[in-house]
Amino acid sequence: MAVPPELRYSKEHEWVRVDGDIATTGITDYAQEQLGDLVYLDLPKVGTAVHQFEKLGEIESVKAVSDIFSPVSGEVTGCNEEAMKSPELVNQDPYGRGWLVRLTLSNASEVDKLLTAEQYEELVAQERAE
Amino acid sequence: MPDGERSLRLSPLDEQHRALRARMVPFAGWSMPLQFAGILEEHRAVRNQVGLFDVSHMGRLYVSGTDAAALVSRAGTYDARRLEPGQGHYSLLCQEDGGILDDFFVYRVAADRFLVVGNSVNADRDREQIWGLLEPQTNATVEDRQESTVMLALQGPRAVETLARVAGPEAAQADARRGLPRRRCTETQWQGETLFASRTGYTGEDGFELVTSVEPGRALWEKLVAAGVRPCGLGARDTLRLEAALALYGNDIDTTTNPWEAGLGWAITLDDGADFVGRAALEAARARVERHLVCLMALGPGIMRSGCVILQGGEQVGRVTSGGYSPTLAASIAMGYLPSSLAAEGTNVEVEVRGKRLPARVVPRPFYRRPVAPPGSQKPVPS
Repeated sequence: MAVPPELRYSKEHEWVRVDGDIATTGITDYAQEQLGDLVYLDLPKVGTAVHQFEKLGEIESVKAVSDIFSPVSGEVTGCNEEAMKSPELVNQDPYGRGWLVRLTLSNASEVDKLLTAEQYEELVAQERAE
Repeated sequence: MPDGERSLRLSPLDEQHRALRARMVPFAGWSMPLQFAGILEEHRAVRNQVGLFDVSHMGRLYVSGTDAAALVSRAGTYDARRLEPGQGHYSLLCQEDGGILDDFFVYRVAADRFLVVGNSVNADRDREQIWGLLEPQTNATVEDRQESTVMLALQGPRAVETLARVAGPEAAQADARRGLPRRRCTETQWQGETLFASRTGYTGEDGFELVTSVEPGRALWEKLVAAGVRPCGLGARDTLRLEAALALYGNDIDTTTNPWEAGLGWAITLDDGADFVGRAALEAARARVERHLVCLMALGPGIMRSGCVILQGGEQVGRVTSGGYSPTLAASIAMGYLPSSLAAEGTNVEVEVRGKRLPARVVPRPFYRRPVAPPGSQKPVPS
């Protein structure tokens, strides 16, 4: 299971990459593995204002549907249309070509409420043990 | 391990599944594999090549004796006396009021010996109904072999050649080049034990269901996997059966279902005076068909799931009983009951999926029908 050290993570298994005031989000490798083969993504429209830890969209695997939550607050500037056409990209490359939503960050200090890679690995280890 | 999993029954192949890193889930009181490599990959293996399922959780009752045919025919809706030795047929186990307690396959293994294969969740109902019909003078014994045997389903266009290669041509009866005809069964020898093989399945694909004792069953699983057959779990079993529009007990049929509305009239014998539990109610139900189990295909993005409301003109007209994603059609498909007036192919409806209305259309049943090889095109089976 990959957990890139430069990213921050939510307890709901989303990741965020911050570059200036641009935040790119997606779901973690652990999340895609748990969900199984993804077949449908329902992502917000450009211009939508989202708040930290609130619902960002839906992601469906063959077996089930799950909500995805925004790890940070901001305004949606783009969704990964390639992944919407081919959701298997999220399974294959969750931190790269399988990114989900790009936002302009409205409050950079929110990132401090997120887990570091090390803390996220601990969370996953706990969930796996359960 | 969570508390709820402690009391789960383990398949005789549990160790094999864990060695293959299967994701295990609780199912009808059993711990069974949901998936191995992934549902889509497993689904495609069965459609294009061959896949192997552990279905040891299914109920397996052997009914033997000179009254076995009469007993099995009293218990289920299909008149099993019609079967020749080596034939099988789909049947329903009903209550006196016609409600469906289980759906099962009955095989006449020999003149006086039947195998009844039902849903794991209803195994107790099957046993109790058959036991309940035993009278002191009945010459029949009922033996539950759910624990003492392994049951496998080998499914896919390459099932015949694979079974012939691994278990010998007798199991597949492949010396006839085309294998065992559909719904027929045979018993052969495998590693010194009896191996039951039937040309049946729950995937819409060609294939076999196989029953043998535990140790030879484990060996058969391992040899089939070693021969390159892809292990498959309950996830692919569900997507495959949904594409084939095969009813799932508990979703599409239950004790409140009129079997005629579910399109299961072919499992009911009314024309030769056979007497079975629920006969009078089912005769009456035949005249009361008001809705039909239809196939729906989504016309937009989103996935219809069991329980979703079906609407027309803003009014609720039914509910999805089974729904999901079809890997073959790359669209969402579903089954559900609609009033007869809305059941015609081409009827447009909407399905409410998590607060959004998804357009959908009634399409022909089933969603997927396997391609039939033209005569003479069958590849010779390697000896």
